[in-house]
Amino acid sequence: MFTVRIQAETFDAAGEIAALVQGRTDVGAVVTFTGLCRDDVASDGARLVALTLEHYPGMAEEEIGRLVEEARTRWPLTGATVIHRFGRMTPGDTIVLVVTASSHRTAAFEAAEFLMDWLKTRAPFWKLEERDEAHSWVAAKDTDDTAAERWG
Amino acid sequence: MKILYFAWVRERIGLEAEEVDPPASVRTVAELAAFLKERGEGYAHAFENPGVVRAALDRKHARPDTPLGAAREVAFFPPMTGG
Repeated sequence: MFTVRIQAETFDAAGEIAALVQGRTDVGAVVTFTGLCRDDVASDGARLVALTLEHYPGMAEEEIGRLVEEARTRWPLTGATVIHRFGRMTPGDTIVLVVTASSHRTAAFEAAEFLMDWLKTRAPFWKLEERDEAHSWVAAKDTDDTAAERWG
Repeated sequence: MKILYFAWVRERIGLEAEEVDPPASVRTVAELAAFLKERGEGYAHAFENPGVVRAALDRKHARPDTPLGAAREVAFFPPMTGG
């Protein structure tokens, strides 16, 4: 089963794992990545209050779907689930979930990392930071491009 | 064609979406961005550094030299920061 969901509400990682292994005996490894909104204090002391995730409805699902299809051509996955939230999140809230399942752990680990690296540079989402009174858009990081590019 | 704007591109232009009918001489993503840049102050601000703004044609990533072809929906947005 391969699933991509874009939603405002949070997700249940344990439930998503269960859905990928239920009724199957060929899954030997499930890897889960959860990304969260974390506390952050800028160099000027301004504390992060919240992140608001804007997305491109339609393209967000389709682009992550294309990344999952690419992962399937590279690793023998038995299933994968990607959930990305949108809306306003405060420190401690979940943002993204990637679950990959395979017969063997290497494929599951690598595919999960590949999906996250590519999702960060290709999935149409943008983070708006609220720090005390100020709002600013998060700049893309070169290190994210480098992480994505190493997969060739 | 329908044009969508996201994040600070949307804020600078002051619109989420609009219908635009560019002249036939506008054939690529970069030419469309240059055409839009002339539409006003907000557009000029959004496209002041055209190398930064990304685009999608019919919900697929496109490069500056990608031909617009028969695209019905074009989106312009900053580099992505999801995940």
